[in-house]
Amino acid sequence: MYRKLGVLMLVLVLVSTMLTGCGGSKETGGGDSDVIKIGVFEPMTGSSAAGGQMTVEGIELANEIKPEVLGKKVELIIVDNKSDKVEAANAVSSLIDKDNVVAIIGSYGSSLSMAAGDIVKEKKVPAVGCSPTNPLVTLNNDYYFRVCFIDPFQGTVMANYAVKELGAKTAAIIQDVTQGYSVGLSKYFMDAFKELTGNENAIVATASYNTGDQDFTAQLTNVSSANPDVIFAPGNYGESALLIKQARDQGINIPILGGDTWESPEFLSIGGDAVEGAVFSTHFTAEAPVTEVSEEFLAKYKEKYGKEANAFAALGYDAYMVILDAIERAGSADSVAIRDALSETKDFVGATGYITLDENGDAVKSAVIKKVENGEFVFLTVVEP
Amino acid sequence: MTMSFTEFMQHLANGISLGSLYALIAIGYTMVYGILRLINFAHGDIFMLGAYLTYYAIVFTSIPWYIAFILAAVITGIIGFLLERIAYRPLRDAQRITVLISAIGASFFLQNFATVVFGGRPKAFPIPQLLNKIVNLGGVSINIVTFIIPAITIGLLIGLNYIINKTKTGMAMRALSKDYDTARLMGIDVNRIISITFFIGSFLAAVGGIMWGIKYPQLMPLMGSMPGVKCFIAAVIGGIGNINGTVISAVVVTAAMEILRFLDSSINLGFIKIPGIPGMRMVIFSIIFMLVVIIRKDRLLKEN
Repeated sequence: MYRKLGVLMLVLVLVSTMLTGCGGSKETGGGDSDVIKIGVFEPMTGSSAAGGQMTVEGIELANEIKPEVLGKKVELIIVDNKSDKVEAANAVSSLIDKDNVVAIIGSYGSSLSMAAGDIVKEKKVPAVGCSPTNPLVTLNNDYYFRVCFIDPFQGTVMANYAVKELGAKTAAIIQDVTQGYSVGLSKYFMDAFKELTGNENAIVATASYNTGDQDFTAQLTNVSSANPDVIFAPGNYGESALLIKQARDQGINIPILGGDTWESPEFLSIGGDAVEGAVFSTHFTAEAPVTEVSEEFLAKYKEKYGKEANAFAALGYDAYMVILDAIERAGSADSVAIRDALSETKDFVGATGYITLDENGDAVKSAVIKKVENGEFVFLTVVEP
Repeated sequence: MTMSFTEFMQHLANGISLGSLYALIAIGYTMVYGILRLINFAHGDIFMLGAYLTYYAIVFTSIPWYIAFILAAVITGIIGFLLERIAYRPLRDAQRITVLISAIGASFFLQNFATVVFGGRPKAFPIPQLLNKIVNLGGVSINIVTFIIPAITIGLLIGLNYIINKTKTGMAMRALSKDYDTARLMGIDVNRIISITFFIGSFLAAVGGIMWGIKYPQLMPLMGSMPGVKCFIAAVIGGIGNINGTVISAVVVTAAMEILRFLDSSINLGFIKIPGIPGMRMVIFSIIFMLVVIIRKDRLLKEN
């Protein structure tokens, strides 16, 4: 009897999922109402949660400031991609098929964005990334854009800093092999570092780990035995903070450099004293607002959230505003029309700077270098492209 | 191969300390299996709760950290007891597979509950200054927590052995794990003994969670699943149901996994440089693990 009941339950579950599945895609008719839907897929949980949540704060603020376009209300549909590539692809499919969004914002994490790349291309719905910096996100994809700089530039900026400011002659790499972001950025850093030092063998050691690893003692021991002048270790803020803590525990006291993902409060709280002196590149700083929009954004953000805004919130804000600007210029909420307008974005005044999208859909912008001092991110310098 | 003596010592020290930590979690698997023949899938999540409760006790109250540690471990023990009351006891006479499914359900519940309540963003475990010191031993720089963890495990293991071998409750536990039905007929209060078992197992998992927090100060809602699997493996290799065997196996298995790390790094033979293969150690480890299981298949699941 129990068995029969079990089968019955199974059938019920299957049927109900099928029904909801169909029901969702039948709603297409209601798409042209007085609401324009913009989908957001960001990591709200998992290893990149802090980055995703900070980005969403910026997007929500932008939606509050500019809630309407073409006389219609803009509705944000936010889904959690759980810092997982499969979930990211599912999230984007469901935004397009079930929610009928006309454009998509996301995602923090290059690998997560790439997981959605083919889907947005095939369904012809434009996506604007806030902070995915790997070149492959937008390459050969007419439907993917981004409001941030890309890693060849970011890697060069950090290699320049290592060679010119720190006087480094050799460097070691510790990369997260499961993150396109980390592998790509490491590669560009290595290329630039070798060129700047004029030494083909300037990278004396390379070590790898996976997202979710907690212990980096082995990689650190291995890398430090090659006696590099600096370590470049771009990766998630959590893993990177643990890595730096373990390096200092092991008595490795050389400078450790990274990329824009480090800018999160968790990097400071998890790393504690150990991350003092860590240097990384990022997109934006509250200390040096670049445009009139930056100042407005900073003030409104502080008013709403009671804290200082960071790069991810600012990029989230810009991604939303760039899409709305494209809708206005297109004069329509049709996905393909929005895409065409997006590709013509020129000198758009955003919170993070002036945004012009090049033929790949990438923004060409300046980078900011920050350092951890007394438990805070301190602005060092701005680097022009 | 090219691993220097210092590197070897670093990995060994790290392996023993991590292994002692895993031992604390593995004991819970082994005790529950010994009595109920149940793989308590939610045990890794109990470990996670222990770490989070400690975080909240230290950050949101003004009680000293050592009291917070004890308090969090006791509360986690009570949660373990409640878990058994709610999810397993009603199924005492059901088929074993039913209880197993209930355990998986409980695990999902705890993970998702933690995501909702504690949030998806990681929390930084507040490490007491006293436990965050670096010592230098003959050129090897090591955090003292590496030595504290094995010491605590040994202390708790002595206490646990006393309970099991010298007290009436311990005698009842041994009787139940030897012959559940006969022990029941002899008038042992089965429910009481099982509740105590869950309390002890969860208490130890919470101590493991606290140690984990000090070693790797990043708390996440899903942090229990991976250690959970590793500890279960350790419990099986050590002879599930056998507490001391489980502890030894956890330490040996983890230390071996750490020492195998030389496979991850590149090997320089002077004339040729063989690149390291990241992840290779887990492949080798899995093969060794499967071999152990196959060779020792008759003795593996024999309870002590």
